[in-house]
Amino acid sequence: MMHNRSRKVRSLSVAAAIIAGAVVAVGSAIAQQNQNFDNVQIDTVKVRDDVYMLAGAGGNTTVFVGSEGIMVVDTQFAPMSTKIINAIRAISKGPIRYIVNTHVHGDHIGGNEAIAKAGSFRAGGNVVGDIGAAATATAKIIAHENVLTRLSAEPAPGQTAVPFALWPTETFITKKREFLFNGEAVQIIHEPNAHTDGDSMVFFRQSDVLATGDLFTTVMYPFIDVANGGTIDGYINALNAIMDITVASNVNEGGTMVIPGHGRVSDEQDVTEYRNMATIVRDRIKEYAKRGMTLEQVKAKKPTLDFDPRYGSDTGFWTTSMFVETIYKQMVEANPPAKPTQSRNQQKGKSK
Amino acid sequence: MFKSLGVVALATALVAGASLPAFAQAGADFSGVWQPRYHEDQPDRIPGPELTDYTGLPINDSARQYANSWDPSRLTLPEEQCRVHVSPYIYRGPLNLRIWEEKDPKTQDLIAIKHYSSTFEQTRTIYMDGRAHPGPNAPHTWMGFSTGRYDGDMLVVETTHLKKGWVRRNGVPMSDQAKMTEYMVRNGEVMTHIVVLVDPTYLTEPLVKSQDFVRSTRELPAGTWLWVCDPVLEIPDRPEGEVPAYLPGEHPFKEEYARRHQIPFIGINGGAATMYPEFQEPLKKAAIPPPLPPPQTGASRVTGAPQQGQQGR
Repeated sequence: MMHNRSRKVRSLSVAAAIIAGAVVAVGSAIAQQNQNFDNVQIDTVKVRDDVYMLAGAGGNTTVFVGSEGIMVVDTQFAPMSTKIINAIRAISKGPIRYIVNTHVHGDHIGGNEAIAKAGSFRAGGNVVGDIGAAATATAKIIAHENVLTRLSAEPAPGQTAVPFALWPTETFITKKREFLFNGEAVQIIHEPNAHTDGDSMVFFRQSDVLATGDLFTTVMYPFIDVANGGTIDGYINALNAIMDITVASNVNEGGTMVIPGHGRVSDEQDVTEYRNMATIVRDRIKEYAKRGMTLEQVKAKKPTLDFDPRYGSDTGFWTTSMFVETIYKQMVEANPPAKPTQSRNQQKGKSK
Repeated sequence: MFKSLGVVALATALVAGASLPAFAQAGADFSGVWQPRYHEDQPDRIPGPELTDYTGLPINDSARQYANSWDPSRLTLPEEQCRVHVSPYIYRGPLNLRIWEEKDPKTQDLIAIKHYSSTFEQTRTIYMDGRAHPGPNAPHTWMGFSTGRYDGDMLVVETTHLKKGWVRRNGVPMSDQAKMTEYMVRNGEVMTHIVVLVDPTYLTEPLVKSQDFVRSTRELPAGTWLWVCDPVLEIPDRPEGEVPAYLPGEHPFKEEYARRHQIPFIGINGGAATMYPEFQEPLKKAAIPPPLPPPQTGASRVTGAPQQGQQGR
């Protein structure tokens, strides 16, 4: 559905978390303001004939090209925009028609403004009559409604506003938004309360490529952004949903290719390993919480030891300790320990 | 005439030499059908490793916890049933191996050496044309990306971009960060294959393994080359999304291997220190665990201490 808010810069609350943190970005250890993008090179990986992954700084960008134009999924940090546009132009000279944001974080939406302006949209009739040239001047930016809600919320004191030009221009509130583009079915599928509460993945059905946003990465533990509505159970549900879409060959390799939010091009088997890790860690902490262990006792059990050399971190915005703590809190909240039965004496004492 | 022949010979040598930097292939020809011999590490390779047997592996604490949490029932999940052994491991098991060369038809330069393994129907390409390995964002595969060169008659192969797999198929993991160097040597009809595995995630030292193959003098029936895997639902009432695993430290069969073979518990946990002669001293001083109760006979199932037995596949 098209939103029609005025084109003024509005502030947002979460924005700072997202543009600082947002911009802190999953996978990039340094916040945008501290990061030097000058030496960052775009690595273009051809995933299928018409689908490419651009890895640079921040989240991965997916580029889908065809006779009708170009769709871009996620736009990395703002300072990367020129390099991304150049990389897109090296693939195709066609018009950029759509940007899809998989979620609210700044390392996935930072280039929205510049890349949308590098594109255009098709419109005519009353639309152009009512809106004027602005109707076609930029590419559309599509995201789940919760992305817009968070981006457009009033900012907390001291936090900065996210420019209006970074907001989605078109949102959806249903499970799925789908349309035909370049002769291919494109499905934008919402997964609730996973990494955030506005996550979407984009499935290019004919090319058989799934861009997951941060619902799957190959570089770190699942980032559960609680402040933006994320939950570990939702995250695991999303990983299982990814596996429901992907189809591997008869030797669990290839088939549907997966472009993660961060990290290398993957397939279903890679997602399976990541799902296994997330589920095993969640289940361990859930069981320990059920046994009445405190957070410190749970940490002392080292529930992530087997995965730490691969995904763990003692520094940065999402440490292993934060991952364990987040799961623990959500498990305790979902399964509160039974209150101890009061003895007769206690009951008597209380009655006095 | 004599002089001319000399010039021709020199020219031929120069032409051959000119192609060496990119196509340095002057070693043994491994083409043919090969079958493994199992005199080395037989218990580990054919019946398969027993649960919690990590002997001889330079693993770290993370690998040990992964293995001690690994429930073999995980292989009943449809998404796990057709998983392939990665190239550092696949040559250990039963397989028929076909090797052939791919040459540039115009120059006869060796482009690649190909391996086809009957186990899991895996085709592996070892590029010999000097190309670089892909970048860090390229996909990983079971066989990985391999480039080779000859060192004399010995073929040396470097492999990156591997998927996560096994160091030992009783749950000891190999990460997708692992890299492998192989050395293949041919002595007549015998090929020795040496694997050096480096894994910064789960190994503290390189793991070296070797295995021998004998060249088959005849082609094998077509069916022996096939491995068709079709995943099915094996446990219908399993909750969706369940991933079988033991809690750390609560593996129900964690003592079985040590007790069955009368090995002190410190001897089964692996780790680099256990691979050196100095480890014999603490091993001699360690207590030997009590033996397992004798196997039950008769129609009824065993009662008492649980016995998991060896791992299939």
